Amino acid sequence: MDKLSKARSELREMDALAAGNSPVHRLHPLCKLLVTVAYIATVVSFPKYRFSALAVMVLYPVLMFQAAGIPVGLCFYRLRFVLPLVCAVGLANPFLDRTVVLRLGALTVTGGVASMVTLMMKGVFSLMASFLLIAATPMDSLCAALRKLRVPGVLVTLLLLTYRYIGVMLEQVAVMTEAYKLRAPGQKGIHISAWGSFLGQLLLRSMDRAEELYGSMRLRGFRGEFHYARVPKCRASGVLWTVGCAAAFLLARLVDIPALLGGLLVR
Amino acid sequence: MISFRNVSFSYDGKHPVVEDLNFTIEKGESVGLIGANGAGKSTVMKLLLGLLTGEGEITAGGLTVNKGNLPAVRQKIGFVLQDSDNQMFMPTVYEDMIFGPRNYGLSREETERRVDEVLNRLGLTELKHRYNHQISGGEKRMAAIATILAMEPEVILMDEPSTALDPVNRRTVIRTVNELPQTKLIASHDLDMILDTCSRVILLNHGRIVADAGAEAILRDRALLESNRMELPFCLQGWHGRSISG
Repeated sequence: MDKLSKARSELREMDALAAGNSPVHRLHPLCKLLVTVAYIATVVSFPKYRFSALAVMVLYPVLMFQAAGIPVGLCFYRLRFVLPLVCAVGLANPFLDRTVVLRLGALTVTGGVASMVTLMMKGVFSLMASFLLIAATPMDSLCAALRKLRVPGVLVTLLLLTYRYIGVMLEQVAVMTEAYKLRAPGQKGIHISAWGSFLGQLLLRSMDRAEELYGSMRLRGFRGEFHYARVPKCRASGVLWTVGCAAAFLLARLVDIPALLGGLLVR
Repeated sequence: MISFRNVSFSYDGKHPVVEDLNFTIEKGESVGLIGANGAGKSTVMKLLLGLLTGEGEITAGGLTVNKGNLPAVRQKIGFVLQDSDNQMFMPTVYEDMIFGPRNYGLSREETERRVDEVLNRLGLTELKHRYNHQISGGEKRMAAIATILAMEPEVILMDEPSTALDPVNRRTVIRTVNELPQTKLIASHDLDMILDTCSRVILLNHGRIVADAGAEAILRDRALLESNRMELPFCLQGWHGRSISG
């Protein structure tokens, strides 16, 4: 399977994942959305040197992945192109901040290293939570939840169409690449001289397809609302889960749980 | 049911794509819209659906096609696109089928009833929860028709419904179309299909109506078809393209 076909099939697999029937899938999308936003906000708010306190936040995505029946490895595999970028964000910190913040015997940890690790953890945890949300919630249900939060219809439609058009665009790229390869045997990739026309054609074709697709949606009554989305009922258990998660995040943010546990053990 | 009065349309204001179209289609009629590439078939359909706006007056189901009436007009008219991939944009057949009815405010129970009824009628029950990317071209075309039927439209427009189908799937689509009681307007180059499904044919050339008569009368007229860059349907040709009907 070539890279493009692989990308297309991965995109389709996301839909299949989101259509699952685990307890996490059955939660109301608004609950999942709110918890994810709360989680990311909490993770991002940790001070730059408190990576040990932040470590406890990994529990939420790991436990939720288990409950949703989605392998954590799949998340890292799908995010393989983004994760290195996220991890690279704080790479310069060890050179800029050399203040010693921690001594473990002979080992000293500088502020730069601590903040780099914290930044990496923040990035990875936030990506894991976002992936979990998308993998356990159909995009249309997510859009319906956003509309419930009074996010403007134009923005939500834009989000939905962008998601749908990624597939359309990949299909166009696959067709055009195949046509190019058939007339350029032995050539690796697309020659730089053809990039301009290739991209231009891709844009025009994608616009045509996108226009057709949107036209088809409008003809079947789509006016920016998501009445058709399958949204499970918001049950008391979902509300409790939301409140419980938010409380747990707040606790983890206010109390350094690893340090507390460590203190108990040392004492 | 449908009427076009002095309808003209041009993309650039200079070169008309359709010009001075006048025709009416009665309730329950099945009309074929034929013509060479660029004759204006798709434009006629887009004008009827309000996707394009031209001059003149178009009515559908007693409603004038204008901006204010578009939701009501589109609820009355179902459009089966030429490329089913553009029509089937949801992950599964079921989700695609509930898209229209739910958008038009039908309850989930009523929508479910319609979906099951349509799938049963078309013999597609096993497709209900299949992923759109996993079904064949023929199945996808039938599913696209099913998504439209779930909306229970009064009029069905079809743009090249038999394109890229193998003979068996093509025959299935023809049988299905013939069983539909709705008013139908079918644009196609497949004149054999038009002969099988339509009682009346409108022949377009360069955006103008060249002929509007019974299907048999037009589709057996070799001279008329050839002067408009078309050929007799295959079933009316003898070996090597010789006419068997004169």
